[in-house]
Order: sequence, then C-alpha cells, then structure tokens
Amino acid sequence: MDGIVSWWGYVSTRWDLIVSTLTQTLVYVVAVTITAGILAITVGVLTRQHVFAREFSLALASIFLTIPSLALFTIFIPIVGLGFTPSFIALFLYAILPILRNTVAGLDAVDASVLESAKGVGMTPSQVLFRIQLPLAWPVILAGVRVSALLTVGISAIATLVAGGGLGDFIKSGLARLPLPNSLEAIWTGVVFSVLLALAIDLGLRFLNRLTTPVRTQQ
Amino acid sequence: MSRPLIELRNIRKVYPGVQAPAVADLTLSVDPGEILVLVGPSGCGKSTTLRLINRMIEPTSGSILYNGEDVTSVDPNELRRRIGYVIQQVGLFPHKTIAENIATVPQLLRWPKQRIRDRVDELLELVSMDPSVYRDRYPGELSGGQAQRVGVARALGANPDVLLMDEPFGAIDPITRDRLQNEFLRLQSDLKKTIVFVTHDIDEAVKMGDRIAILRQESRIAQIDRPEIVLAEPADEFVENFLGSGAILKSLTLRRVRDIDLDPLIAIHEPVHRGKALSLMQEAGVSTAVLLDDKDHPMRWIDERALNRSAGLEQAGRPITVQLQPEDTLQDALSAMLQSSTGLSVVVDGRGKYLGCCTIESLASLLISNGNHK
Repeated sequence: MDGIVSWWGYVSTRWDLIVSTLTQTLVYVVAVTITAGILAITVGVLTRQHVFAREFSLALASIFLTIPSLALFTIFIPIVGLGFTPSFIALFLYAILPILRNTVAGLDAVDASVLESAKGVGMTPSQVLFRIQLPLAWPVILAGVRVSALLTVGISAIATLVAGGGLGDFIKSGLARLPLPNSLEAIWTGVVFSVLLALAIDLGLRFLNRLTTPVRTQQ
Repeated sequence: MSRPLIELRNIRKVYPGVQAPAVADLTLSVDPGEILVLVGPSGCGKSTTLRLINRMIEPTSGSILYNGEDVTSVDPNELRRRIGYVIQQVGLFPHKTIAENIATVPQLLRWPKQRIRDRVDELLELVSMDPSVYRDRYPGELSGGQAQRVGVARALGANPDVLLMDEPFGAIDPITRDRLQNEFLRLQSDLKKTIVFVTHDIDEAVKMGDRIAILRQESRIAQIDRPEIVLAEPADEFVENFLGSGAILKSLTLRRVRDIDLDPLIAIHEPVHRGKALSLMQEAGVSTAVLLDDKDHPMRWIDERALNRSAGLEQAGRPITVQLQPEDTLQDALSAMLQSSTGLSVVVDGRGKYLGCCTIESLASLLISNGNHK
C-alpha cells in the first residue's frame, strides 16, 4: 500500500510532464500506424498476384523486425540526427510486418468462388479489388493494424535514448537514478501509462472494426 | 429454324505447359430459348467449354459468336454483364445483403435506384423467396438451396438472354435438388432464356436438357441430340457406357402416354344385360372389357369369369382405381399397369372420358420402335 500511495504522490505532482510525454508517444503511434499501414496495404495489394514479389516483401519486413531495437533506433542518427526522426523511422520499419502479413493473409482468405462469381458478373479487376477483396479482407487487415499500434506503444519507449521523447523518458530517468528516492515511481509511471495508452488504442481500433464491418459477415 | 444465339466455331484451348488441349476443336451452336446440357465424365473439358462462352477463359483459337456478332474482341466485362453465370459453389458476396447481391449487375450498369429495388423484389419473388423476409439478410444465414436460388436471381439481375450454369445443383442434397430442378424448369417455361448447363449427372442432363451434348476427352462431342434420341440410339460405345444400363428406364420419364398406340379393348356401356356383355366379348375374342357409365367414365374391369359368377353387372369384376391421362409419363403408365389387377391401365382425357387402354405390349413396342421416332 505504501508503494501505491507514494507512486500516486509522485504522479499527482507531475501531470504536465505525463500529458506531454503521453502525447509524444501517441503521436508516434498515430504517425507510424498510418504511414506503415498505407505502405504495407499498398504493397500487399500490389503483390497479391506475384508470388515472388510478395515473399520478398514479407522477408524484408521480417528482417526489420529481427534487428535489435537499440541498434535500429541509433543507426539512422548519422543521417537524420537525434530526436523524432530516427525514432519514427525505426518504429515505422517495425510496424510494417504485422500489417503486411495480415493484408496478404486477408486477401488470400477470400473464397475462390466469390472471386469467380465477381469476375463472372462482369466486374473489372479494380471493382473486384475495391468492392469484394478489400472489404472482405478488412477485418484481418485491421487486426494487423492493431498489432502494429500496440507494438509501437511498447517499442517507442526506446525513443528516449535518441532524445525522441515519449513515456520512455520516465523509465530512463528512473533507471538512471536507481535506487534513489522516486526512481521506482518514475519507472512505474512510464509502464502504467504505456499500458493504459495501449488499452485505449486497442479499444479504439476494435470500435473502428465494428463500425467498418457489416454485422454477421464472419461465417 | 431460327438463327443460333450462341455459336462456337473451331474453338481450341491449350493451357501453357500442357501438351494435350483442354478443348481440341469444338464447333457448337445454341438455339434461342433452349437448354443445352453439356454432360460428360470429369475432366472432359465441359466446364472449360462453358467458361469460354463468357470468356472467363480466353480461347487459344477459334471464334465465339453471340447473336451473330463476334465477341472474341469486345470488352469481356461488358460481355459478362450480358450473360448470367451460376456456379456450383454459388459464390455469393458474404459482406453484402441478399438484395445487394442480386443488384450487382444492375448496379454495374448504373440503373436508377428505384428500378434496382423493384427488380430485386421481382427476382426474389421469381425464385420463391419472400422479399420482406430475405432482402436484408446476409448469405451466411441461408441454406444451400436458398443460396443457390439467390445465385440464380443474381444471374438474372439485368435480365440477360443467356444463362450459363456450371453444375448449379451439384452441391445440394438430392431432395432439394429435385425441387430446385423442377422449379427451375417451371421458371424457364416462362422466361425462355437460352441456357447452357453443365453437369456430370446423366439423369440431370436428361431431365433438364432440350438437347444434350455428350462430351468425351478434350471436349469432343460424342453425340448431340434430344435426350430421348440419345437414350434410344447412342451414337457409339462411349455414349452407351456413359448412359449406363438404365438408359431405357430413363427414357420412360421423357415419353408421354399420348405416344402409345392405345388398345380400344371392348368398352361396354351401362346399363347392359349380362348375356349381352358376354356375347360382345366373345365376338371380339377378348377376355377383359371396360365397363363405362353413361358419361363414358370407366367404372369396372369385367371378365368372363366374373360375369359367370355374379348375378348383376354392378358387382362383377373389380373397380378401376388408377387412371392415366395422355400427359402422364411412361413411367407413370408402367407403375399404373403394375398396380392394376389386369396388367392394363385405362387412359382418360381431361374430363375423365374413356380414350382406350394402355398395355404392357403397346408400351414395349413403343420403346423398341423408339429408334425410328424422330
């Protein structure tokens, strides 16, 4: 109990800092999810009939995800300097794979007979894509977007090491001062608000899924 | 003879990397308003042939004429909107309502909203589905039979002249299939569409087809003719084997009682004296006669033995329970004769008037002489 009371004391005197770092993290999530989403969905759609190109893109995106995050955040510093940009690039590269993989899987999962009849009624290839394939794949694609968004919340804590800001600031300062007073409280602040942000984003994307998917289509 | 609506001329289809052609050299014409059934063993190229007609598959060479116009060079999407297409797996769009599914082609053709709404309801009625119940449902809520009804309604969306059907009832349980086939034939008798229908089931082919084309490997036509002729006179051993042993029995469902030469037998009007009846029968040399009432309705079978035993004609012989009409099939006739005590069955017209008798011999002679009947 003492721990929670002292943590609450720490938090209640630092709302300004919490709001500003939370906002920085949220900006990362929104910017990364949108840009990586556009890129990954486009690549997934364009390569849907080219096995080699599709496998190549998936392999490349997988490689990004295997690079240790500490390294990926720092290797762009010589080119773009410190701050938001190198963090954004690293998070962007990480976020591609889940969305790309789900785009490919979602498009693949559309029943062959549905495509046959869509072509059979005289839809052009782009009508088949926009009226049939993408709407049917959408719930799966959106699930990939959710994974990427949550991934970004977690990994964006590293941004603090390249002066990129975000909730990681609390964790870093706490770690640096361990075991001085308020160090654990700082670390917990970073963790708790990251988790709360992740939960909120997850809830928001679930709601978006409900809004954009007609009822009772998953059979 | 009217001009064929669809003509395939020397169509050849070779898939890259495969030596044997899927379709070797096919020339085929389909008359307006007929159901032409393509039937053959699996892998004979019947589905490929069907898909060549709406250019789901492009032919390697040859030409396709639609209403006299060569369509091998027109926009295939435009062409497909003019041709209804029904497949075995139905392929309804799961994220669209039944109404939106049926409205697909009218929407592609940019019909006005109200006209599309009216058309959807009309088509749902046509396939015996209540629009107010089904309009806003999703395909996942339908049974297999209902889904295929919607599939047919979607294919009829913009009222095409031509319908291509690829084993449309193949994935449906036998009882529902039979009902759908009957409903579809009734529909077709009003709609008079030109239909090319693919199946591997010879019974379905015989039932549905105005003409059937029996295909062998590489989509070569082994025989193309009216089903009763194919059944009676298979062109070669391949066709004979494909028809199987029950060919004559299958043909029973195609021929009607009116094709039989009826035996007038001896018809005796009531009221008549017993001795008079006996002498009439002896004169004609028959042992069985039909007793009619004053309106020519057949009442009882009478024979010599029964007449000798009983006093009055009212109780002599057995009552006639089963009556045939000229529109009944020979299958009905056969089962009526097998049920009857005399091995005969009476045939009456629409008002119940006696026309004559159908005998096993007359049925057999019709089936044997089938071949000469063109």
